[in-house]
Amino acid sequence: MTQDTQLRSWEVFTQTRSGANYIHAGSVHASDRNMALQNARDTYTRRGEGTSIWVVPTDAITASDPNEKEMFFDPANDKIYRLPTFYTMPEGAKAI
Amino acid sequence: MNNQTPLLTYCLRLGDNALIQSYRLSEWCSNGPILEEDLALTNFALDMTGRADLLLAYAATLEGKGQTSDSLAYRRPEKEYLNCLIHELPDEDFAFTMVRLMLTSAYDMLLYSALEKSPNENLAAIAAKAIKETRYHLAHAAGWVERLGDGTAESNSRTMQALTMLWPFTGEMFETDSAEQQLAADGIIPNITALKEPWMEKAAQVLKSATLEIPALKTWQTGGRTGRHTENLGHILCEMQYLQRAYPDATW
Repeated sequence: MTQDTQLRSWEVFTQTRSGANYIHAGSVHASDRNMALQNARDTYTRRGEGTSIWVVPTDAITASDPNEKEMFFDPANDKIYRLPTFYTMPEGAKAI
Repeated sequence: MNNQTPLLTYCLRLGDNALIQSYRLSEWCSNGPILEEDLALTNFALDMTGRADLLLAYAATLEGKGQTSDSLAYRRPEKEYLNCLIHELPDEDFAFTMVRLMLTSAYDMLLYSALEKSPNENLAAIAAKAIKETRYHLAHAAGWVERLGDGTAESNSRTMQALTMLWPFTGEMFETDSAEQQLAADGIIPNITALKEPWMEKAAQVLKSATLEIPALKTWQTGGRTGRHTENLGHILCEMQYLQRAYPDATW
């Protein structure tokens, strides 16, 4: 990969409606947090997708190591009792 | 031209300002310094296109001769365009675009904030929409003028050069004539002379934090509001009108 020369990188999270989760939309370049917000607005919400935006410096995010995927995630594979599949959904409930 | 009512002329002036601003901003499409800025500038161009569409459509209604916003935008001869000259100047570099956008957005903020109070419901509605867009354009442009002016020696000198080139064209934005003064006296449109001082204050505030000096000037450029343009408008129209001239009424 070539060196990124276009300012600092920021991760963008947008909220589609009040109260909803912020969802990762992508990333932008910007030299400061105000510019990051503006660039995020222009890049990810220009067709009315959002009501609120978070921007976070990319290097402030700690990510899990893909090489440790087995250690991190495999132990969860064979424990179906952790899933609420044995409960009957009450009638009319859309989510528990 | 001479048979136009004052309000029609006024709407054409505002509409043409937005139309030519849109054209210049759209020239950045695929040429922005970074992708994010490219998108921002084309967004602004689309805001301006929308504004031009509303204003020219209203002008067409006022005229009542079966014109549309499209025919006004694409079929008039050069001398019937009434935009201020500042909008048609070609972009020298990114600093030029940002200084111009800052100066004209600060102006649009004041103009449309005042126009929103017009008893003319069409103008008030167009103004209400324009303010939201313009507030953002101004924040974006002012941020860049400050970064560039107070940046490196190179960015400072380019920004100062842009300001020196643009400043003589700012006077025209505050020109008026007896027909407009009558509209202003009737409360339909803002008294533009009264907006000069607040505009100067805003511009001076941004330029100060950008460490840029306002050029000292005795002469101002003028002409666009009465259809006397720089050579640049002709070049713009050549490209902008090409399709409608070659294929009249083409649609997609």
